[in-house]
Amino acid sequence: MKTENSAVDIDRNKGDFFYPEVHVRDAGVGLSERTVHYIADVKDDPDWVREYRLRGLKTFLEKPLPTHWASKDLEAIDFNKIRYYLSPGTEPKRSWEEVPDDIKRTFERLGIPEQERKFLAGVEAQFDSEAVYSNIKKAVGEQGVIFVGSREGLKNYPEIFRKWFGKVIPIADNKFSALNSAVFSGGSFIYVPPGVKVKHPLQAYFRINAENFGQFERTLIIADEGSEVTYMEGCTAPKFNTPTLHSAVVELVALKGAKIQYITVQNWASNVFNLVTKRGLAHENAEVKWIDCNIGSRLTMKYPSVIMKGRKARGEVLSIALANDGQHQDTGAKMIHAADETTSNIVSKSISIGKGRATYRGLVHVPKHLKNCKNNTECDALLINATSRTDTYPAITVRGTGNAVQHEASVSQVSTEQIFYMQQRGLSEAQAMSLSVNGFVNDLVRQFPMEYSVELKRLIELEMEGSVG
Amino acid sequence: MTRNQTATLEKEAAPILSGPGGTRECPDWFQDQQREAWMQFESLPKPTRKDQAWRFANVSLLDLSPFKYGGTLTEKERATILEQSRGLEEVAGRMIFAGDELLERDVISDQLKKRGVIFQPLERAMVEHADLFRKYFMSQPAILGSAKFAALHQALVSSGTFLYVPRGVEIELPIEIFHWLNAENDSAFPHLLLVTDELAKVTVIEHFRSVNEHASGFACGVNDLVAGPGAKVTYVCAQNWADNVIALQMNTTTVDHDASAMSLNLNLGSRYSRFESLSRLTGEGGRSDLLAVAVAKHQQEFDARTLQDHVSPHTASDLLYKNALDDRARTIFGGLIRVEPHAHFTDAYQKVRNLLLSDDAEANSMPGLEILADNVRCTHGATSGQVDEDELFYLRTRGIPVPVAQRLIVTGFLDEVVQRLDHPAISEHLHRLIEDKFSENRR
Repeated sequence: MKTENSAVDIDRNKGDFFYPEVHVRDAGVGLSERTVHYIADVKDDPDWVREYRLRGLKTFLEKPLPTHWASKDLEAIDFNKIRYYLSPGTEPKRSWEEVPDDIKRTFERLGIPEQERKFLAGVEAQFDSEAVYSNIKKAVGEQGVIFVGSREGLKNYPEIFRKWFGKVIPIADNKFSALNSAVFSGGSFIYVPPGVKVKHPLQAYFRINAENFGQFERTLIIADEGSEVTYMEGCTAPKFNTPTLHSAVVELVALKGAKIQYITVQNWASNVFNLVTKRGLAHENAEVKWIDCNIGSRLTMKYPSVIMKGRKARGEVLSIALANDGQHQDTGAKMIHAADETTSNIVSKSISIGKGRATYRGLVHVPKHLKNCKNNTECDALLINATSRTDTYPAITVRGTGNAVQHEASVSQVSTEQIFYMQQRGLSEAQAMSLSVNGFVNDLVRQFPMEYSVELKRLIELEMEGSVG
Repeated sequence: MTRNQTATLEKEAAPILSGPGGTRECPDWFQDQQREAWMQFESLPKPTRKDQAWRFANVSLLDLSPFKYGGTLTEKERATILEQSRGLEEVAGRMIFAGDELLERDVISDQLKKRGVIFQPLERAMVEHADLFRKYFMSQPAILGSAKFAALHQALVSSGTFLYVPRGVEIELPIEIFHWLNAENDSAFPHLLLVTDELAKVTVIEHFRSVNEHASGFACGVNDLVAGPGAKVTYVCAQNWADNVIALQMNTTTVDHDASAMSLNLNLGSRYSRFESLSRLTGEGGRSDLLAVAVAKHQQEFDARTLQDHVSPHTASDLLYKNALDDRARTIFGGLIRVEPHAHFTDAYQKVRNLLLSDDAEANSMPGLEILADNVRCTHGATSGQVDEDELFYLRTRGIPVPVAQRLIVTGFLDEVVQRLDHPAISEHLHRLIEDKFSENRR
């Protein structure tokens, strides 16, 4: 039994279990207009959302797979064999007691209720397509902070929801954002009123329980002027025999002077396709920071972005990727500078083990006539075995004088001298290797909230087991 | 010479897109290859900006319909070209081409000839040294995006330079090659086939120039550079086409064990110039240095694509590309270090630096890495910035006016690359060309 203070479950085996399905709402297998209507009916969507979904479907069907630059593995996804909506057909509960027993057991096994009591300001738990639990600490709620599922957000706060929904990531941004726009369900809606600083993190937990299921959550976070919020998400799924698809869209809006920190620890089972679009809009003096750790999944394609729209806005992406046998972590960051004096920072560290492949893909764009914009990008890759692979594909466009952009990347391996030295001091080769790898990510992990850094280090140790010798 | 003249007469003023013209006095096998290449050119799709290999490039500039084969030169034109073909003071050999016509060949010394050095026009080498020619001529596919244009080159090339340096022969003085575009809409298909045997050493400099500095034109060149075991090959390109020229150049360097190859591409002229450099390190102990300097002004666009392909273990490569951009100029750098499986102990470096001198200039950098082996040391960096205010201030306190100070800083920035050549005479020549470009004095 694991009892330490763990923010999210990232022990892969721990998430590898499932309970029999008890879904009342089921959109069936495959994707058509009928599927979209079914979802819109079940969710009782207003007309504009239904139309939005249909436009999403049309765009999805029109757009080709991006295999001219992305992995051919995308072709392994059979969109006609996926189930696009599954839910127990009940409203999310405010207390764990009301959550149906089998679902509650799932989250208890993952340690969610326990963590909520300990240090979280609010928790939402999503089981397949819908949230089954959603709660926020009373004190935080009284400050006017809204933290609900996307469906409730749409129903109860339409004036805020509609104003920003789909504005940061348009339907046609890419094939998978279009797919999400067609069949989205679940995810969080958060609004933080002006000046409110939410001290503790809000957390969402995403769980896939059904085979052949596609999860398409949609998260929208709006931090009003001068407010601050940290959001964390964790995800697990049991390992089924057939691949599962997770394709989320996350939009962040940081209004003047606001700060949003978004933390992801992705630990999907190793046959999940994780194709996610994440983008933040930072207004004047605002800050959007993505902390993105990718450990699980078969193929992850995710490039968290920040559009710095207002003067002195800041964007940051800290990314750690671990690619083991059979995994391709295609991650990175995009920084779009759209105002003077905007600054962005990207730090990416990847580790490839066995036959794993880690790819960094980045975009930095400083268009015309901007002054004093700065970007710093560092990507470091560590190769553990001779069969491991790593790639770096940045694209940097800078126009005009008065801006400074620099990109640096390096690829290295654990040095044999280091290992030898540690073995001399009585460590086994595996221990030495794991210590060395932890040293590689240490300066980045130190910037993470405490609970995460402890977990990550432990996880890296786990992943390193059996990788040498 | 006669072959060239007949070919030129028949092709005169015909658009290049009408295909290879007339009977040629080339071997049948070569003509077959050319016909095949033409079919390939026609069947391959035009590049679009969506192709990764053409990302950021202004592909709409690649309209080849206005371009035609060069006509016969008048005596006066011929004399002007020869008179203007001034490069280095001392050379070991020299060829001067206008379009596809070889105007003059300064033969190499008898001593070098005696030791087996071959310095011939391509069309003669394909007959007299068919084995060597067939082994190396365009033997590497153009994999950096321009397969279509490499096919065009192969279909239409009718002359060029063949240089073979046998085992152990070191040619101290550089070999110099001039390529000229003469009249409006003329085209050229320059080719250099350079093969060095074991422990040989040679330096080649190519000058690309236009007679008429306002004439538009099209150049589509391919170079095969082969460094044999332990050989040392230096290749320098001084591209100074007129500002309306569209130029494509595809170079492949093969570096055998313990060999070292160095290339430096200076890009000053043309409207759009794309330079693809592929360096393949195929033997242990091989080393490749890839250098480039571009001074981009007005609406010039320089598009550099590189691949440092580490095929064999224990190889090293070092790339340094520097661009200075003024006015509305654009540059694109798309580079990749690829470490193939089993190419352990690779040491590869790649750096691109952009200096932006105006608010409308745009620099695009895509430095890439693909590592499929371990025990490697690979780093890359890309920076974009402007003239350092502190440096400018320092020079101003010494009484140097701002424009002069700025130029000093920019040329100093570019000189770092030029000085890496260990041929002071060539470095000096390139430095002068860069200075001329800044003072808009192009010749």
